[in-house]
Amino acid sequence: MAQQQSFDWWDGRLPGRPAALWAGVPAQATPSPSASSAAAAAGAGDAPAPAVPAPGAVDAAEVYRAVQSSEAFARIRRDHRGFALPATALFLTWYLFYLVAQAAAPELMRRQLAGPLNVAWLLALGQFASTFLLTWRYARNARTKRDRAALELRWDTQDRLR
Amino acid sequence: MSARAALAAGAWSSGRHGLAVALFAVVVLVTLGITLWAGRRGRAAEDFYAGGRGFSPLQNGLALSGDYLSAASFLGVTGLIALYGYDGVLYSIGFLVAWLLVLMLVAELVRNAGRYTLADVLAVRMRARPVRAAAGTAGLVVSLLYLVAQMVGAGSLVALLLGTGDGPAKTWTIVGVGALMIVYVTVGGMRATTWIQIVKAVLLVAGSVLLTVLVLVRFHGDLAGLMRTAAERSGAGDAYLEPGLRYGASLTSRLDFVSLGLALVLGTAGLPHIVCRFYTVPTARAARRSTIWAIGLVGGFYLMAVVLGLGAAALVGSAAVRRANPAGNTAVPLLAAELGGGPGSTRGVLLFALISAIAFATILAVVAGLTLASSAAFAHDLYAGAWRRGDGTQVTERQEVLAARLSAVAIGALAIVLSLFAQRLNVAFLVGLAFAVAASANLPTLLYSLFWSRFTTRGAVWAVYGGLVPAVLLVVFSPVVSGTAASVLPGVDFHLFPLENPGLVSIPLGFLAGWIGTVTSREPADPARFAEMEVRSLTGAGAV
Repeated sequence: MAQQQSFDWWDGRLPGRPAALWAGVPAQATPSPSASSAAAAAGAGDAPAPAVPAPGAVDAAEVYRAVQSSEAFARIRRDHRGFALPATALFLTWYLFYLVAQAAAPELMRRQLAGPLNVAWLLALGQFASTFLLTWRYARNARTKRDRAALELRWDTQDRLR
Repeated sequence: MSARAALAAGAWSSGRHGLAVALFAVVVLVTLGITLWAGRRGRAAEDFYAGGRGFSPLQNGLALSGDYLSAASFLGVTGLIALYGYDGVLYSIGFLVAWLLVLMLVAELVRNAGRYTLADVLAVRMRARPVRAAAGTAGLVVSLLYLVAQMVGAGSLVALLLGTGDGPAKTWTIVGVGALMIVYVTVGGMRATTWIQIVKAVLLVAGSVLLTVLVLVRFHGDLAGLMRTAAERSGAGDAYLEPGLRYGASLTSRLDFVSLGLALVLGTAGLPHIVCRFYTVPTARAARRSTIWAIGLVGGFYLMAVVLGLGAAALVGSAAVRRANPAGNTAVPLLAAELGGGPGSTRGVLLFALISAIAFATILAVVAGLTLASSAAFAHDLYAGAWRRGDGTQVTERQEVLAARLSAVAIGALAIVLSLFAQRLNVAFLVGLAFAVAASANLPTLLYSLFWSRFTTRGAVWAVYGGLVPAVLLVVFSPVVSGTAASVLPGVDFHLFPLENPGLVSIPLGFLAGWIGTVTSREPADPARFAEMEVRSLTGAGAV
């Protein structure tokens, strides 16, 4: 029984856990731990279709589709992808350029700049610098634009799923 | 010079490595203590796989860098820099840049959508059984490859550090490290593993800072002077500071390096033991902040590794480093002895033993993390998620955790046996291969599921196998396995593929297979399930 108790403990700790996620198992009925672990998504088996909601339960699929098409969610998604996708393209291109430059233009990479520093070392330090810079910009973007809105939408969605 | 050579040759072993042995014993006792303490605090699946999800961003950031900075980084990368200068630096950059992908596209979304493993994320949208079977298999293969690499490295390293040479000492080290990791994971689960990572990361960073400061003090803060002296004492002159000393011999070797670089930068986001870590914090925001800590720690570490590698070349000399170990793996301990006042002095002995013990702790922590990730892939994805049971019942949580503990023992034993046979293989190659398989099999399916609305179950399964199978096959038919004197099977030659690292070919194949699988699917993607994936991954609604 110890396991069951600890499971109940964290289940109760997190408010607004959507019961409808588990193929319509009501929140009050003790959910079998394995049912929840094997089915983070509705339907542990092979059924690809969304689970049929039990009578009285909210249709989770409807809620998710409604939230997905809402303006608030569109803004969160835009704020995430608008930064993350271009930034990923940028750093991957910059890294591949750096990598291919070693193979394609070794002479250019050997050119001396100042003291023992050559182009290759400058680009290497540039990779460190760009990694730190992008990390900082991404963190700031997420903190100022996305975090609060995402948290509000999370509680809102979980309320609608209850 | 002769004193250094004697140290390098391992003739230093006459009782003086007693201190190192004592410190190794302290590391083992402390980690076992942590395991016993942590193992008593909760026995649910949540505790075993995710350490109770109560770690702070700083703690998890330390643990992430602890999981990531293996002995291959601490000793291998610094050794490469000591021997090959700039080309060693080039090698370390892929390891750092890879974290941007983890930060921006993986950490938060995976934390929100999943539960314990990478396959949980796929199961949000896809039919659970086939994708869990595929992703669980790929997770096991990646973790086992990485595990064997670390254990082979541990064997030769401990033998080297203790001056016991080859043979039985190596074998017993592998068996001992394997037994320890089994105990950590079966008794302590994720909570013990995480605390071991935290302790190790703090030790590693403290040791690196200490040595870096000592090197900089020795050169009065003159970095240009450090670079010039390193180039002088490397025996290669100016070429030491230029690209091409290691990876520039031919077009094939340069292409091989591009392949490795691609695998490094795309593989990190698909490593099961890294993905698992995001479930030990309570929220996606905490997952992001722990990744930021990890980037700071990993980046800072590699910057220090540059100074340490240059310092080893400048103070110990590349020739002495190579004499001690042809791959340069003992450059940092030798540097420590030198900075302490030379191999003969008390402080030199002390610093050497201290740095060796940190390297040992590094190995123990990384193998524990890997064993945990592979037991989660087995028990949570394959045993509880993918395999059919005759009576059609679900596995209970208690059964699943028991299976996870038992599989940790079995996987540990398997890793020990494989490592004993793999002792001839190059450690850096094995790590590069694990990254290539992770990038080919795990990354395409993960990114498609998170971002592509039309992605289907067939696409997911094809993406995993379409990356996994070519990656493994290309290695079998590469010069690593046959055809050259350094191959696993030096006597025969059936190599068809010129590169040692398959990433350049197998990563695009993984993405291509996922796309073909999707467009040829008979069942279309379910827009409702994609809506759930998008909403959950970006807002955290319904996240555990």
